[in-house]
Amino acid sequence: MGMTMTQKILAAHAGLPSVKAGQLINASLDIVLGNDITTPVAINEFNKAGFDSVYDKGRINIVLDHFVPNKDIKAAEQSKQCREFACQYDIENFYDVGEMGIEHALLPEKGIVTAGDCIIGADSHTCTYGALGAFSTGVGSTDMAAGMATGKCWFKVPAAMKFILTGTLPKGVSGKDVILHIIGLIGVDGALYQSMEFTGPGVAALSMDDRLTICNMAIEAGAKNGIFPVDEITRAYLDGRSQRPYQTYEADEDAVYAATYEINLSELVPTVSYPHLPENTHPVTDAADIAIDQVVIGSCTNGRMADMEAAYEILHGKKVKKGVRVIIIPGTMAIYKECIRRGYTEAFIDAGCVVSTPTCGPCLGGYMGILAAGERCVSTTNRNFVGRMGHVTSEVYLASPAVAAASALTGKISDPREVL
Amino acid sequence: MNAKGFTHKYPDNVDTDVIIPARYLNTSDAKELARHCMEDIDTDFTKKVKAGDIMVGGFNFGCGSSREHAPLTIKTAGISCVIAKTFARIFYRNAINIGLPILECEAASNGIDAGDEVEVNFDTGVITNITKGQSYQAEPFPEFIQQIIKDGGLMASIRRQA
Repeated sequence: MGMTMTQKILAAHAGLPSVKAGQLINASLDIVLGNDITTPVAINEFNKAGFDSVYDKGRINIVLDHFVPNKDIKAAEQSKQCREFACQYDIENFYDVGEMGIEHALLPEKGIVTAGDCIIGADSHTCTYGALGAFSTGVGSTDMAAGMATGKCWFKVPAAMKFILTGTLPKGVSGKDVILHIIGLIGVDGALYQSMEFTGPGVAALSMDDRLTICNMAIEAGAKNGIFPVDEITRAYLDGRSQRPYQTYEADEDAVYAATYEINLSELVPTVSYPHLPENTHPVTDAADIAIDQVVIGSCTNGRMADMEAAYEILHGKKVKKGVRVIIIPGTMAIYKECIRRGYTEAFIDAGCVVSTPTCGPCLGGYMGILAAGERCVSTTNRNFVGRMGHVTSEVYLASPAVAAASALTGKISDPREVL
Repeated sequence: MNAKGFTHKYPDNVDTDVIIPARYLNTSDAKELARHCMEDIDTDFTKKVKAGDIMVGGFNFGCGSSREHAPLTIKTAGISCVIAKTFARIFYRNAINIGLPILECEAASNGIDAGDEVEVNFDTGVITNITKGQSYQAEPFPEFIQQIIKDGGLMASIRRQA
């Protein structure tokens, strides 16, 4: 019986000729990742278990991104604990304020994660790196601690769902709309415990930033991982960037899939997820009368250069609607600097937006854009659960950077195709 | 090993943001976190919960963030076991790794109402609803996972094998 792309990567990392869905394996890890919220818990577990060395100081990544620059004294203590651990064990990829970025924007940009890797991260959106043709999944802090100590992690080999992409995205429609559409189609547990493998002729029409956004939200369908095949676009992205030689894997022709969906990209429209689940998707045209108080453009889902470009295209030379707070957060320092170099930052400020240094801040209701009771936000982030961005009666509508920017101009959820 | 207690029942898709909101994640102190367990969907939970109580959810319990603070908070609040129709995969791993017993059982989730007294036998997977006089059979864990649970969590398990 053939293997899926994910199964092939897992088999290679478990030192087995083949694996099948449901099998429990112990796999070697290429990369272990944590952030300023999950790493302190991992350090506590690591110390409590009495470990005094890490498996490879070059493969552990600690990125301070959720509450930095430190939002309060307790957050500062957590950052300090990470900093001291990184220093003690000489962790090479420790990213503090000034160098940091949002972890899932930063690691691909720096070439730390690459095709064929087996990666765990104590952050649910670690599934992002599947865009590069890697097996990458979110775990908890104890798994991170065990991974740091041993370089290994246990997995149940996942079954897979196949998404055959055809066509090309129309103007004003992006990777965010693709993944919101799919989550709406299959539901927030539609891919529970499974891989989402994206394939088909439509893949070639998706940029790397689109693919990163699509894989980023695989977790919002319950998936263990999302994954794209390695093609010319992947190679163009990785060559000269990947810090290590990479391996490519392809699904076998006779690989078994639990379900297969065909998605025609040409038919997709700008899509909005209503509160309080990402599966509550609607075409933007249905949402036209919903008034908003805030817009957030950024996050590990949509804080990359293509997202900044999409926002700039709509916002430059215009003014945001009076009364709407618009917060733009480039995902890494390199993106932040590029926004300055291209004049985007000035255009955003002239339009009436604020531009922050990289942080996860508002996405999870940490800081930098908390909502009051009853307030509404259109956000390019990934979750719209009860209380996610602030008060329990506040509301988050998930959308693409283009929808968010168009909405910033009108003060209500708006169709970017009307302003492009 | 058994658990016995009164139940707190919740719907499908209970996410980690309502189990422990991110605004409190500037600490990893479990006791401090436990004071805010479930507060965004059940403001009285921390007042009502008693040591040994059982939490019951629907499909996709624990979806969302990877925060291990979520099962840790539930455990520290006094919950002895979580029963759900399905668990989101990271929550499932985290619960096993930190030693919070969980069981997947659709019939139990359907049959149990909030406040029912329930007993769970982890060796057999039998869940008994004492209040209603019903019993339900949960899927047993694979042997590999049972061993982690017996060892007292993932770190202890790795230490034992080393």
